[in-house]
Amino acid sequence: MDVYLPIANLSVNGLIIVALGALTGVLSGMFGVGGGFLTTPLMIFYGIPPTVAAASAASQVTGASVSGVFAHTRRGGVDYQMGAVMVAGGIMGTGLGSLLFNLLEQLGQIDTVINILYVVLLGSIGGLMAKESIQSIRAERTGIPIAARKRRHHPMVASLPMRWRFYRSGLYISPLAPLLLGIGTGILTMLMGIGGGFVLVPAMLYILGMSANVVVGTSLFQILFVTMATTMMHALTTHAVDIVLASLLLLGSVSGAQVGAQFAQKASPVKLRLILAVIVLLVAGRMALGLGYRPDEIYTVAPL
Amino acid sequence: MRVWLALLALVALTGARDPILVPEVSQHEVDLQQGFTGTELLLFGAVLTPEGSRAAQDYDIVVVLKGPTQSIVLREKQKVAGVWINAASTELRSAPSYYAIASSRPIADIVDDKTAAIYELGLKWLQLSPIGAIDPDEQARFSSGLVDLNRRIGLYREEEGGVTVKEQVLYQARIELPSRVPTGIYTAETFAISKGRVVASASSQVEVRKLGIERAIANFAEDYGFAYGLLAVFVSVAMGWLAGRLFALI
Repeated sequence: MDVYLPIANLSVNGLIIVALGALTGVLSGMFGVGGGFLTTPLMIFYGIPPTVAAASAASQVTGASVSGVFAHTRRGGVDYQMGAVMVAGGIMGTGLGSLLFNLLEQLGQIDTVINILYVVLLGSIGGLMAKESIQSIRAERTGIPIAARKRRHHPMVASLPMRWRFYRSGLYISPLAPLLLGIGTGILTMLMGIGGGFVLVPAMLYILGMSANVVVGTSLFQILFVTMATTMMHALTTHAVDIVLASLLLLGSVSGAQVGAQFAQKASPVKLRLILAVIVLLVAGRMALGLGYRPDEIYTVAPL
Repeated sequence: MRVWLALLALVALTGARDPILVPEVSQHEVDLQQGFTGTELLLFGAVLTPEGSRAAQDYDIVVVLKGPTQSIVLREKQKVAGVWINAASTELRSAPSYYAIASSRPIADIVDDKTAAIYELGLKWLQLSPIGAIDPDEQARFSSGLVDLNRRIGLYREEEGGVTVKEQVLYQARIELPSRVPTGIYTAETFAISKGRVVASASSQVEVRKLGIERAIANFAEDYGFAYGLLAVFVSVAMGWLAGRLFALI
């Protein structure tokens, strides 16, 4: 099924794009990550221009998060108050990210920066998640529980001024912490065309210390609004959002997200986290190799 | 008297026995829309003597199809401290977005390098107009990098022997346009070459354009970024919401 993409200026096999969307959708529903960290590189690999891929992946993540947010709302898994603070930060981050994107593009170093960011972020977070989930699985097997973490959130979070009560997250912390977290993921969303979920979820667990049952829902809630802002930002600045490409991706990912969310309720959370950790580490490993190997294309063209 | 001299000079310069080229292109408009996966243009025509009869000698025919030129930055990756990064770049003011050449025999056998360079016959002779002073070696490295890149994605093509000439009169060449062709006005030039000299040339135009809904989308995205962004957001939210509702029913 050949589909001509009016913004990307080329024709693609529509079914492949739908399948790509479905794959990310399942991840999105299962783990609460946007899945952009897989779609964007895969689309570029398929031959879609990088800017169009990043810009369109953002709107695909929006769609996948909507159905994810609905699925998690039904079981009360969204802390709207916490979400709102992070969305505010996220939108600020999108603006900052846009400035950074233009600067790096002019310098011609955007690809390298994106790749290094992928390797560092995915590598460290994947490693952290893998370690933790292996420990928990081992504890389950041997029957010896791991010592409970003494502090629920990071000491630096506790030192921030002004404290709010976040009932659903079970926290009494400064709103500056989630705001800064939001800004950080907003920048990543704009730069890498990802939802930022794979950074957000562990940060919410380990830095903020939110209660686990609202983490996935709330991160999806934040991703939903931040990717909306990213799509707008791209539509206004790069003009690279391909609505036909995005629709195809959406078709796959919204259905995938529903399937993933159903799956997430049945599977054990510890095992889910281990699977995600493995996927994240694989992507990071591939990216790291890519930095050192001779690339397929030595030359790249950009309009002047 | 002066008029006569001028006419004489004209005749002498153009050569009275130079042939006439009558070129044609199978389609003057290429429409990019749903279902477009690339197309093939047929460039054909006839070589005739001024009297309109069959040219009694063999001509070499070269056909060049060229897309609009662009200003580009070409970047080159090099290994720096174990990592491949964009380390060098050059700015080119007139890189053709598409270039295809077909000839009845290898270009090197038809004309000398100088003529080839003047008429831009072949990928080797593209006039890329680099900005600023750059040494020739480096420039050559960059141009061959650009040519190699575009050849592999099908935007630059060189088909030696791609032109067939029948009975010394009719010639034809097929040139492929891949699905990622850029839009714009293309020029199709035909050259008749004899004994290393271009004896006749003619050109016509082909317009590559987006049509219908594809054009509407591209224009909308370019001219009304805000509304387009809202539409994209609306579509993604609506599709996500719809899927959520549908699955809730199941």
